[in-house]
Amino acid sequence: MDGFPILSLMLLVPLVAGVACLFADARLARNLALAATLVDFALGMLLWASFDIGGAQWQFVERAPLFAGFQWALGIDGIALMLIMLSVFLMPICILASASIEKRVGEYMAAFLLMEVLMIGVFAAQDLFLFYIFFEAGLIPMYLIIGIWGGQDRIYASYKFFLYTLLGSVLMLIAMLWMVNEAGTTDIPTLMAYDFDPRAQTWLWLAFFASFAVKMPMWPVHTWLPDAHVQAPTAGSVILAGVLLKMGGYGFIRFSLPMFPEASAQFAWLVFALSMIAVVVTSLIALVQHDMKKLIAYSSVAHMAIVTVGLFAFNVQGLEGSMIVMLSHGLVSGALFLCVGVIYDRLHTREIDRYGGLSINMPYYALFFLLFTMASIGLPGTSGFVGEFLSLAGIYQVSSWVALVCTTGIILGAAYMLYLYRRVAFGDQKNADAAAMPDISAREWLMLAPIAAAVLWMGVYPESFLAPMRKDIAALDARVARAAPLGDARLKLSEPTKNAGHAQDEHAAHGEAH
Amino acid sequence: MDFTASLALIAPEILLSVSGLVLLLAGAWMGDGASRLVSYAAVAVLAVCAFMVAPALCSGAMGPDTVAFGGQFRADAFASFAKLLIYAAGGAALLVAPAFFERHGAMRAEYPVLVLFAVLGMGLMVSAGDLLTLYIGLELNSLSAYVLAAFLRTDERSAEAGLKYFVLGALASGILLFGMSLTYGFTGTTTFEGIRTALSGGLSTGALFGVIFMLAGLAFKIAAVPFHMWTPDVYEGAPTPVTTFFATAPKVAAVGLTMRVAMDAFGTQESAWQQVIIFAALASIVVGALGAIGQVNIKRLLAYSSINNVGFILIGLAAATQAGASAMLVYLSIYVAMSVGGFVAVLMLKDADGEAVEAIADIAGLSRTQPLLALCLAAVMFSLAGIPPLFGFWGKFVVFQAAVQADMIALAAIGIAASVIGAFYYLKIVKIMYFDEPANKVHGKSDWIHWALLIVSAVFISPLGYLLTRWLGSLADKAAAALLFAA
Repeated sequence: MDGFPILSLMLLVPLVAGVACLFADARLARNLALAATLVDFALGMLLWASFDIGGAQWQFVERAPLFAGFQWALGIDGIALMLIMLSVFLMPICILASASIEKRVGEYMAAFLLMEVLMIGVFAAQDLFLFYIFFEAGLIPMYLIIGIWGGQDRIYASYKFFLYTLLGSVLMLIAMLWMVNEAGTTDIPTLMAYDFDPRAQTWLWLAFFASFAVKMPMWPVHTWLPDAHVQAPTAGSVILAGVLLKMGGYGFIRFSLPMFPEASAQFAWLVFALSMIAVVVTSLIALVQHDMKKLIAYSSVAHMAIVTVGLFAFNVQGLEGSMIVMLSHGLVSGALFLCVGVIYDRLHTREIDRYGGLSINMPYYALFFLLFTMASIGLPGTSGFVGEFLSLAGIYQVSSWVALVCTTGIILGAAYMLYLYRRVAFGDQKNADAAAMPDISAREWLMLAPIAAAVLWMGVYPESFLAPMRKDIAALDARVARAAPLGDARLKLSEPTKNAGHAQDEHAAHGEAH
Repeated sequence: MDFTASLALIAPEILLSVSGLVLLLAGAWMGDGASRLVSYAAVAVLAVCAFMVAPALCSGAMGPDTVAFGGQFRADAFASFAKLLIYAAGGAALLVAPAFFERHGAMRAEYPVLVLFAVLGMGLMVSAGDLLTLYIGLELNSLSAYVLAAFLRTDERSAEAGLKYFVLGALASGILLFGMSLTYGFTGTTTFEGIRTALSGGLSTGALFGVIFMLAGLAFKIAAVPFHMWTPDVYEGAPTPVTTFFATAPKVAAVGLTMRVAMDAFGTQESAWQQVIIFAALASIVVGALGAIGQVNIKRLLAYSSINNVGFILIGLAAATQAGASAMLVYLSIYVAMSVGGFVAVLMLKDADGEAVEAIADIAGLSRTQPLLALCLAAVMFSLAGIPPLFGFWGKFVVFQAAVQADMIALAAIGIAASVIGAFYYLKIVKIMYFDEPANKVHGKSDWIHWALLIVSAVFISPLGYLLTRWLGSLADKAAAALLFAA
């Protein structure tokens, strides 16, 4: 694979197909988009297969000095690889899920393919400004997707989405300009190893935080998310929840933590506080929703809060857990939005009370919905459990209280998800039209089954997903170790007793590191 | 420096004056029927002039060899950068005009001639090395512009625009002259070099007043807040091809002139004018953004947008560094392309009878009736808002980079945060074109020349523009170096 610009190719395929879709008729555009996303998925599999686990930190590196002030620099580590895989995996499913889109299909497909280009670009960029361009450019297609193909209040939602995220990001741009001026390079790997003055870090961290917190989204700047989700078409919600939200987490893990470790430690309490509020408050809000999409949107905010606490736990478990939560949430919330989309296409309402007893007339649907509900709750055996367990184990080492509060999120999560499931799938078939809905079609099988398989795979054997990231996370952990906060558990180290085995030794050494 | 060498340096200006006069005679003898021919001849003249000034830019010309007539005129790389932009903008204004004026039965040979003289005046402005050259260039440009604004004699709005422009422009010229006379009085010279030397020892209160009054007069010409009030009225009232011209070429010339005055003549007293520029920059960004929100006429909206953009350009000046000057030139180049694209797109909005459609509400659903036009206009809007990956982002990027490098982080942070306000109304246009139900007002077919210009500018501001950044940046660096060399 040496020297073959596979990442550029992965960007080029959807870009060309997207431009072609603008000029194609509806049928051709659908096929073209599906073909392009499948090709990209195949390229992604090739990427994963040829990724050398345990090899160089940055692989598939491409560099071309095309521009003044920054360069076309791509390259991935394990973290980026996993997120790219998530993107290319979800894209063909999104295209399949867009069968109910009937107006302006060519433009719709073009916007989605452009979105795919930008998502891969964000995760693969190795140049600070190239990253920013990809990061920001995503606003345009998403604005159009929400605004043109969204529901009733789409205009308000699209504005809110655009302006919120733009305001967050422009401050980050100023911080980036300052960093480049200071460090004299735009190369992300170099900047990750550069030690900025801790006083400057404070400001830089806040500027980056402004951007990533909005993208993530963290309480209290999450309010754009429910609006955007509810109004976006199904596939738009999947992409929004599945991949776009991960850009915030990716930003923290790629920029905030390694570039500003001292400031990250300094502001960890802020992140914890906001996350704790988010977990409890948004879970409670989710509990009282009547709109299925809104409920899932609020649950996304709660899950993302688990991600942030894990990230700022400054230990390996927390970081690995956060990454798995992100991947798992990408799959599960995407799947849940698809489940909502399936019945929305039939009845054109997201009102929970309009459904009921769907397990009678739609048994397969109910089965899938149950699986994803359980995965969202974090049932062992599903992907949700692995991520949440690791994150909470990580944060427990730092603060028992934060762990305690965040764990209530799991309980509340079980409450609102099971409550949702009961109202939709169980109980009486109180509405005749809902009772007459046919079970899922072959196309919907094709959408849901792969995600279900991935969710189970990640739940049963997470090692496949953790292995590529392990070295990168260990490197990150080593990088932030100097600023890691002292945990409130205050592990006491004592001489190992004589009968203590080798395992305990290791444990003690581990405790010391924190 | 002997006389012939001086004449050689002003060859483009001589060519412009002579051909302007010749074309005027041609127009007088051949009548209005020949006006299209005269327009194309004028475009050819501009193209020749562009070839004449380009070598100075490519070679980064600066120093004593570029100074003509004892310091009155400078043909350095900076001047040629600005002139190339001015010629390009003038050419665009000439090319789009015939189709527009012929529809109103008002195409006359005076139009290209006036544009040529305005371009000549602007060339003098950016080449000025002396307060007198500055003033002559400025007035030659302004007088031509007043007439151009009122070119549609039968249209009340056009006449009103011309009158307003004249009255306020005369006032600004008066302010500028007052500042110039104070500067002359306190420094004893009119050459920029002399002023620079005289001020290097310190700034007396009288000279400070001179600086402030001159900047105020220039701020009027570039339409920076608080001297921006004429812009929306003039832009709205003037015929659209003329507005295209106003939004581009005179802006480049006036900004170039301001850069010369501030960084060369007053270059040793940065602290005296920096605060003024910072205020004007931030106020322009905010007022330009807020003022645009309530507009219902797309030309007025673009007028506010130009005020907003001037604010960003001035941030580069506030940095008062070579990087800042270079950034301003890059921004200006992109701004010219965006403005030409925007106004040409507006020019192409016509109803079934060929009447211009200017109300924003009337372009609702344009993406469904005229997809390509809507796409180009949307690209212009996102680009003006500075959203990557469109090229407009690059202009903002270099300007803010210069500000950060000059350690003006607060200015950069406030300026960029205010740009979000601006994004709101650009989004509104996109929303109206893409999200709303079609109003079915826009029908007319457009001239191929309009399409060609629109496509060229749209390609320039598309992400493909980034491939030009190295080239554009190195040219702008050369020009900025030439500007500061005398310093």
